[in-house]
Amino acid sequence: MQLILFTVKEIAEIRKDFPILDTRVYGRNLVYLDNAATTQKPSCVIDSMTEVYSKYNANVHRGVHFLSDMASEAYENAREKVRAFLNASDTNEIIFTSGTTGSINLVAFSFGERFVKKGDEIVISTLEHHSNIVPWQMLCERKGAILKIIPVDENCRLNPGDFTKLLSPRTRLVSVTQVSNATGMIVPVKEIIEEAHRYKIPVLVDGAQGVQHGMSDVKKMDCDFYVFSGHKMYGPAGIGVLYGKREILESLPPYQGGGDMIEKVTFEKTTYNSLPFKFEAGTINFPGAIGLARAIGYMLETGLEYIESLENDLLRYTWNSLTEIPGLKITGASEPRVPVFSFNIEGVHHYDAGMVLDKLGIAVRTGNHCAQPLIERLGLDGTVRASLCFYNTREEVDALIDGINKVKEMFF
Amino acid sequence: MDMTTDEVQEHITAEFEAFDNWMDRYNLLIEMGRDLPPVSQSEKTGDYLIEGCQSKVWLIPEFRDGLIFFKADSDALITKGIISLLVRVLSGRTPSEIKNANLWFIDKINLRQNLSPTRSNGLLAMIKQMRLYAIAFEIKNPDNAG
Repeated sequence: MQLILFTVKEIAEIRKDFPILDTRVYGRNLVYLDNAATTQKPSCVIDSMTEVYSKYNANVHRGVHFLSDMASEAYENAREKVRAFLNASDTNEIIFTSGTTGSINLVAFSFGERFVKKGDEIVISTLEHHSNIVPWQMLCERKGAILKIIPVDENCRLNPGDFTKLLSPRTRLVSVTQVSNATGMIVPVKEIIEEAHRYKIPVLVDGAQGVQHGMSDVKKMDCDFYVFSGHKMYGPAGIGVLYGKREILESLPPYQGGGDMIEKVTFEKTTYNSLPFKFEAGTINFPGAIGLARAIGYMLETGLEYIESLENDLLRYTWNSLTEIPGLKITGASEPRVPVFSFNIEGVHHYDAGMVLDKLGIAVRTGNHCAQPLIERLGLDGTVRASLCFYNTREEVDALIDGINKVKEMFF
Repeated sequence: MDMTTDEVQEHITAEFEAFDNWMDRYNLLIEMGRDLPPVSQSEKTGDYLIEGCQSKVWLIPEFRDGLIFFKADSDALITKGIISLLVRVLSGRTPSEIKNANLWFIDKINLRQNLSPTRSNGLLAMIKQMRLYAIAFEIKNPDNAG
């Protein structure tokens, strides 16, 4: 397998952008391999948020004054940057939310109110994390609808054939993840969308684990909704996005009521604001939106193709290194995937492994990764998950491998 | 029981203080876990399970002569080491001793800092469960309360 070797200098330059990567833990260099839980933030993102609070903090869309205008403009510019990043047609299709979970709950409520009735069906997959399961269960409970689950094979692959079989005249919506958070496997969302659209069924794509790897073109996917969080793509926590096709968003009732989402309020009747404000009740996390836009800017300046090539190099290097370890089993197939690896070491509990790796300065996640149904389907109690992104290095992968060998020594 | 809870805690503390890094302390915990008397498969039922987020812990109480004896097991060895420490301190005590024991060794050997409840190891859940058994035993046997 061809491995491209990036120069040490190039990587060192990138790592300088992320001040936290210099942290030492327990007297060792931090090896941060928990990027699927949250990524670290480049200085420019941190600075952009400091700038909001130190230079133009004011409530957006409300004041007549100078600062409020500045904040509102920066906030709406952020929306435009997200639109361009997603290749959406219209800024009205970009709703700022609190994150992936907030976005899915919004759709589950508003779409559910408008389109889902007793006996209707919602389709999700076995791969989903809890954020893309529980809101639909709540909707089904509220409406008497039925949740249908696309199965996976032992390699954590979705079979498009199984998917088609689940569709029926009662299917109202399909909601699937773009990348499995627990395995790192890429899901064939394009095929799923094409198939669902043959029956005029809209599809929500959960981009929480895909957007940071540059898979964000909603036009190319032709998804009806796309949701993601800022904090998993080098942006701040507490901000996320719901993209929805304008025609569908227009047809949905508001989710939450409050300020900014209204046109006119009287005690007899309230009329609602137009898109996108209809779905942004209350004072939105505008500093977060501005930080998120800066994170997008950072990714574009670094280059999405460059990020992809760095991550592909790490992916191959890590896969090859992990598969050489006797008794280590990676969950899922070798491809298609992002550099997220879930694995178990024979005879070692994932929690024990994580605790020891932690003491070696290596941050991984252990457990069920908020995807209990998948972990159970695979007959596991949990896994160790090492999730990499473009600022990680081959040396860090080597540190992980050494750490795993140390774990094996300790527990055998 | 020959030693007081404080004396047992002093022993544990001395054993841990013999090591100055956490790798060695983990090794010690793992060894202590391995030394726990085995719990049979048939006893590992949902009734005895303290479900933490990350690893399973079974805690089985036995009431005998006014004292509570604990057996415990876990599928993770570090967790098993932790529960073995609690068993050492609290097993074979009266309900009142279990309820009122000041478990100062946890801070002394830095267990809390290294294994805090937010890290999902269930340390607090284990202690709580032991104390709940003590309370339950007292309620069922008011004569033994003391």
